[in-house]
This record gives sequence, C-alpha cells and structure tokens, in this order.
Amino acid sequence: MSGHSNYEPKTGFERWLDTRLPIVRLAYDSVIDFPTPKNLNYWWTFGGILAVCLGIQIVTGIVLAMHYVPHVDHAFNSVERIMRDVNYGWLVRYMHSNGASMFFIAVYIHMFRGLYYGSYKAPREVLWILGCVIYLLMMATAFMGYVLPWGQMSFHGAVVITNLFGALPLVGESITTWLWGGFAVDNPTLNRFFSLHFLLPFMIAGVVILHIWALHVPGNGNPTGVNVKSKEDTVPFHPYYTVKDGFAISVFLLMFAVFVFFQPNALGDAVNYVPANPLVTPAHIVPEWYFLPFYAILRAVPDKLAGVLLMFGAIAMLFVLPWLDTSKVRSMRYRPTAKLYFGIFVLACLVLGYCGGRLPDDHVIGNLSTFQLLDADLNSMVWLSRIATAYYFAYFLVVLPILGLTETPLPQPESISAPVLPANAPAGAAASPEKRG
Amino acid sequence: MLRKGFILAALGLAFVAGPSFAATHPEEPKGVHWSFEGPFGKFDQAQVQRGYKVYREVCAACHSMSLLSFRNLGEKNGPFFDDKYKNPNDNAYVKAISKDYQINDIDSETGDVVQRPGTPADRFPSPFPNEAAARASNGGALPPDLSVIIKARAQGPQYVYSILTGYVAPPAGLEVPPNQHYNPYMPGDVSAFYKGKGHVPAGGFIAMAPPLEANKVTFDDGTKSTLDQQAKDVVAFLAWASEPKQTERKQFGVAAMVYLLIFAGLLFVSYRRIWKNVAH
Repeated sequence: MSGHSNYEPKTGFERWLDTRLPIVRLAYDSVIDFPTPKNLNYWWTFGGILAVCLGIQIVTGIVLAMHYVPHVDHAFNSVERIMRDVNYGWLVRYMHSNGASMFFIAVYIHMFRGLYYGSYKAPREVLWILGCVIYLLMMATAFMGYVLPWGQMSFHGAVVITNLFGALPLVGESITTWLWGGFAVDNPTLNRFFSLHFLLPFMIAGVVILHIWALHVPGNGNPTGVNVKSKEDTVPFHPYYTVKDGFAISVFLLMFAVFVFFQPNALGDAVNYVPANPLVTPAHIVPEWYFLPFYAILRAVPDKLAGVLLMFGAIAMLFVLPWLDTSKVRSMRYRPTAKLYFGIFVLACLVLGYCGGRLPDDHVIGNLSTFQLLDADLNSMVWLSRIATAYYFAYFLVVLPILGLTETPLPQPESISAPVLPANAPAGAAASPEKRG
Repeated sequence: MLRKGFILAALGLAFVAGPSFAATHPEEPKGVHWSFEGPFGKFDQAQVQRGYKVYREVCAACHSMSLLSFRNLGEKNGPFFDDKYKNPNDNAYVKAISKDYQINDIDSETGDVVQRPGTPADRFPSPFPNEAAARASNGGALPPDLSVIIKARAQGPQYVYSILTGYVAPPAGLEVPPNQHYNPYMPGDVSAFYKGKGHVPAGGFIAMAPPLEANKVTFDDGTKSTLDQQAKDVVAFLAWASEPKQTERKQFGVAAMVYLLIFAGLLFVSYRRIWKNVAH
C-alpha cells in the first residue's frame, strides 16, 4: 500500500489491468512481497487470527439473518428453530455465538501484545487508535448481538446497559428513550439492535482496512522494538508469514472447535435459554465474560454516574496511551521494571474480570471476617475491584508516564539481524530475541 | 420508577443490601453419570423412549413442550428413530403417537373451530390454553415449558434430576406455605419461614408437588420403575429434547478435530521447511 513496488505484470491481461486498476499490484505489495521483520513471534499471529474471526462472524451472521426473526414474540423461538430445523443451523449458530468469545480472546491477546511491545508508540499512534476504534465497535456489536436471542439475560442486560446512559445529567433520560425507541426495552429496541448488529461488522471491516493500511506505512513492529534497518532484517510476507499465520490460525481453530462441538454453551449463561420476561428479573445479572472487567469497574463505585464515567474512562485510557507512555524504548523486553508493572496490570485485568462475575458482597477469602471499611466489608468483591480499578488507572496515568523518565532500560540490539551481545554485557543478558519465533 | 429500581438493585444497591442477598444457597446438584456426556457420549435410545413415556404420562399434565413436534421423535438420534423410515413423517410409531392427540384447528370450509387427530407435523399440544389457565390450575405458579429446560439451567441434567428426586420432609422449624413444597435443590431463600435454631436450611420452595413415585409409570421394556429410574429417564428425554442435534454435533466435531489436527500438522511441517534457512 505504500513504498516501492516490486510487482511485475506477467501476462498481457495483468499489464492491461495494471494500467487501469492496479489491484493485483496492491494485493502483491500488501500480502505477497510485503517486507516483514523476520523475528516476529507467535504473539504476532493474532492479527491474522482476528481477520479470520471477523470473516467467520460475518459469514455465519449473514446466514443466521436469513432465518432469524427480529420480533419480541418470535426471536427466541426463531433461534431455536435455526438450531432444530435449519440444515446445520446448530453449527452456524454455535459458530456465531462462540465466535464472539473467540474474537474477544484473540483481540485481548492482540491488545496485550501491543501494550507489552509498545506497538502504540510513534510512528504507529494512528494504527493503535484505529485498533481501539475496532475494539469499541466490537463491544457495541457483541452487546447488541447478545440481545437478539431475546432470552432473560439478553433482555435484562439490555435494560442495565442502556440505562447507563440515563446516568448522564440533563440529557440522560432523553438519550435512553431515543435508544429504546420508546419508554422501555421493547420491540423497537430489538429491531434497531438487529439493524445495527448487521451494520457494525461492515464498519469494523472498513476500519480493519484502515488499520492494515496504517500498519503498512511504517511496517510491522517486532519483539525487539528496533526499527528495520536493512533488507537483512526482513522476509517477504509470503510464504514466510502466510505459513506461520496459517499454522497459528489452524491451532486457534482447533480450540474454537472444542467449544463449538463439545462445549457450545459453556461460555454463555444458562438463563439466556429462558425466554425474556420483563416482569421477572434474574437473580444475578451478568454480562458475557468479555465485558466482566468493565462491569467490575462500573460497580466499584457507589455512584452510578461516576461508575459509568470510570467505565468509559477505562477505554479512553487506551486511546490516549501513545501520549502517556514517556519511554523511548518500545519493547518491554528491555524495560525490566516496566515488565513487572505490566505483569501486575494483566493480573489486575484478570482480577477485575473475576470480580465482575461475582456478587459485590461475595467474600474474597472464604469465611475470613474483617471489618467494615466505608460502605462495604474489606473482604468483599467490591474492595477487591476497587484495588484493581485503582491499579488499572494508575498503570496508565502514573506508572507509564513516570517510569519512562526514571527507569534505566537494558541495552537494545543494534538491529534485528544482529542482536548480539554488547562487548561489556554479561553473557546471556540479551540472548533471547533471536531464539524466539 | 420500577425499572429504575431494578437497575439500582443491579448496579449499586448491592453494596448496601447486606448479607441477606445471598443468605442461603441451594444444595449442589447430585452427581450423576449420563450416557450422553462427553465428546463421544450418545443417547441410550431405550432410556429416551422410557423418558418420553414419563413425560407423556406425568409431566405433560402441566408442562408444555411447545418447540417439539411429533416428527422430532422419529428424527435421527431421536427416541423413535427407525432406519426403515428416513423421513420421520412416515415413521409408524410417530404416526401412531400423533394420532392419539386431538389438535385444535379451523375447518377450512366453514371456518368453525374443530378438533382433528394429530399428524407428525403437529407440535406437542400444550396442556393449558394460556398462561392464566395454567396458573389458575397450579396454585398461581406457572409450570415452565420444558422444550429447552436442560439448557436453561446451570448443570442442567444434574439439576433437574436433583429436583425430581430431592424432595424431603421440611426440617423442624421450617413453615412451608400452602401449595408449596420444600426442596433443598431449589434456588430460593426460606429464611423468612424458618423459626428453628442454627443455620437456615438450604434450598427453597417449589410449587410442584413431588411428581414421581415408584411404579407411577409402567415401562414397556420391563425396566423396574423406581423413582430414581423414572427421574433419570425423563432427564435423558428432556436433554435430547433440549438439543436434538447434539449427537450429530459431537460426531461432526470429532471429524472436524481430526481434519484440523492433520491440517495444523501439515502447516507446521511446511512452516519448519520454509523457515529452515532463515536465521531468526
């Protein structure tokens, strides 16, 4: 998509087309000849995996839309009908519902990889922000998709999440009414959610194209974080990375298949197989697993508006991250202190996910009785989520800005091809990069 | 306002609601081994047939199964599947079963409401014409539709089996309200009805009276009709009904896994060969 092109049309038709619409040249330069650092490890295969996930979701989704009925009286039964009476409908539907979870597993790994290897740093800020936009669109799409089967959790999840906007001062109530298309979550809500759930994946696909475009301008980062210096540092994307990504994708699909064929409902809530009933609220409203960390942040604050702002703030942190991290060193491989804080950050995210799935008053440690701190018992999920939330924000707002100025990074290799030891370094200090991948 | 109340309860009130929120938990469902468990599990056709009989003679008096049609009984892996009849609508058992039911219909000539014998294409008829009628006949409680009941409960098969076999006499000090029954496996909170000493008993109240008892159903294959057997068989039937395609799904899955494993293996070998001469 940018830079020098090595494409040479071989046939008369290709030459004819190349002077009119150089689309074969575009494909050749982007996925065949594209120079890619030769030291990418398996964490870099998740981009390709995500493209496959998006493709699976769109194809299965279009087939489901042929059979699904977006009406409060028919939605639940139409989904069951797909599973019972449509040829291989069970396969399409389970691929789609589990595919959402697989998509989020892959996107979280992709994002943590970016955080660890500094993929958001100059000159890749726009690439990173486009990724954050994709993530936001994914969350909106997944949320609306979960409403469509119109089970108990679909309905009450939609009520809880749309009501979050009601917390906004002055305009909150008007916004929720506008979102619902009425005065409660009802048929108009289901209809518009279906419409938007169909639209957003194509918007994601559009932003993915921009994401790849922005990737192909500076080229891939790499585990050392050192810029590509010469042709020695790179290999052509095909066949080197098509085969490596292909292998990673097939392993990922194996895991995907275990869920689809043997545990298709393990990642969902059983309550969503009870048809929606506005008059009966489930005992425990929980979102799908991939939203649990944000749900925990939301519930960590006793004030609704503050909780909502904090939840959106948690995502906003990602958008401004390129300007919060002051370190000039890209890869945390050479930032031992940052590596430690990053490890705690990953742990904090997992803890938040755990808290989001439990009741706020649940004890963290069995029967240990502690004391009441402010509004809740110290040994409760509320306080654990508060600690993890505080760390989540501190990582972005305190650790990354300060650490970049105070830490002493390890020596970085001269280039990707020659990450040899500096003469005075102890043996083995930087020996790992070239072994990986 | 009511809605706002729900949201507050869901979001924030839980902080101050105190321990009454989760005062009692139901007992963990009993562990049972099922033939349809695991990646190679299959339904035992004789068991699912017996389960259908339990459903038809006991459960169907109050519970609808509105997503099931008679033809489903004769589909592949279904309780009355017979190799002779590839099309379940031709299946002799299915035809006989459906004919036993009278289905409400409209006479296409006169428009009058009529009843006609069922066909394999008909849905299982519901025992009550509407929700109000169902509640009126059941002390105000609505018997849930059983079409997807096994999928709709956590640990579905174990849970339903435990409810069916778990009825016990209420512990001393527990006052059971009229038209209710104590069951330690039922979710709920009985603390308001407990006047005894010590811990509040686990479980909750259920409107359904103990539905099964020994010899309530006569099994045609001579299997001894104990409560435990009836419960296991009806759970197997309900598990099949919740997901009639699950055997097909698992068989497809084994083939898909083998295919993907070979595919991944070939790609790995290709990867090693292609990268052999690249120092990285």
